[in-house]
Amino acid sequence: MIDVLILGGGPAGYTAALYAARAGLSTTVVERMSAGGQMTLTGDIENYPGLVSVDGFTLGMQMQQGAEAFGAATHYAEVTSVELEGECKRVFTTDGVLEARTVIVATGANPRPLGLPSEADWIGNGVHYCAHCDGRFYKDKTVAVIGGGNSAVSDALYLSRICKTVYLVHRRRELRAAKVYHEALFAAPNVEVVWEHTVKELLATDRLTGIRLASTVDNTEKALPCDGVFVSIGREPVTAFLNGALPTDEHGYLVADETTQTPVRGVFAAGDVRRKALRQIVTATADGAVAAHFAGDYLEKQG
Amino acid sequence: MSVQIVNQTNFEEIKASEKTVLLDFYADWCGPCRMVGPLVEEIADEHAELLVGKINVDEEPELAAAFGVMSIPTLVVMRNGEVVMKSTGARPKAQILAMLEG
Repeated sequence: MIDVLILGGGPAGYTAALYAARAGLSTTVVERMSAGGQMTLTGDIENYPGLVSVDGFTLGMQMQQGAEAFGAATHYAEVTSVELEGECKRVFTTDGVLEARTVIVATGANPRPLGLPSEADWIGNGVHYCAHCDGRFYKDKTVAVIGGGNSAVSDALYLSRICKTVYLVHRRRELRAAKVYHEALFAAPNVEVVWEHTVKELLATDRLTGIRLASTVDNTEKALPCDGVFVSIGREPVTAFLNGALPTDEHGYLVADETTQTPVRGVFAAGDVRRKALRQIVTATADGAVAAHFAGDYLEKQG
Repeated sequence: MSVQIVNQTNFEEIKASEKTVLLDFYADWCGPCRMVGPLVEEIADEHAELLVGKINVDEEPELAAAFGVMSIPTLVVMRNGEVVMKSTGARPKAQILAMLEG
């Protein structure tokens, strides 16, 4: 039986693996695809201390290598269901069943879709969730970025260097993004902010031609012609596989305090999947270390 | 068999193959592409009955445009010169194999 089984190979997962392995615990990470999690969607990470600039994929691989150097293993499979009660936890995957004494859930989050009826039809062909991946296909074209947080503004700035015109559509009157972005955004000559609007409809013929916007302050609507839409309106935690085995808050995040302990003994929640105030790589790695610490504590008490 | 690098010069030859063809449209700077790349390589090594190729969208913009690629990674399955399946975004190996069976 594995001492510490970690679900998800992003920064929280591989930091937990690093700390658990260094504590001498047998440690396995279950990862569906490849290390890195949401970091792989980012080209240049400039707020991970000690690294002036690093791309997300490389940082993910290095976190994995760091954990594996101390004996952590990676099991490549998708988790389908879990049994978390009792002293032996069972995790069912597309490649067998794993048994463990503790489980750290670090499955992160996925980009939140707009939630429009025809959205799925245009994914990857007009509707995009990764500006860094797909921006270059919109060279000299007009795009709309939806959102007002750090990711949305940084996407708008990235796209402004490629596209002819970038609209930033935000439902409020002020940005949630950190101040460091504001000056650059307002200085970019080809970025126009559309305040206090949300996307009501995707306009399309045989390709996407624009979006219909609804005002958040009155009943007006307007069409905004564009060739592509980049959605950056937050994230949705990945918890469906738990099938209610752990309690969530009203937004779907797992309920656990700063100790990362969930109400189920021997089960921990780390990183973006956990209810918390700030979701950043540094807070994910911090969670990973804390979760490994309390998992070790729990194992010691179990004897 | 290893993954073949596909470009405009050899594309017609690839397209004419009697094997089922799996094409991976990617770029070196794209994180999700770098996640999928090793999975596609494994599939190429494990499935000799397939012809697996990768297309660098920076070097082959015409091929990317011909396939309507607007998002990477894009995976395309071809049989008898026809596109039978196309998907965008990184996905686990089992899902890529399921595309090939479909």
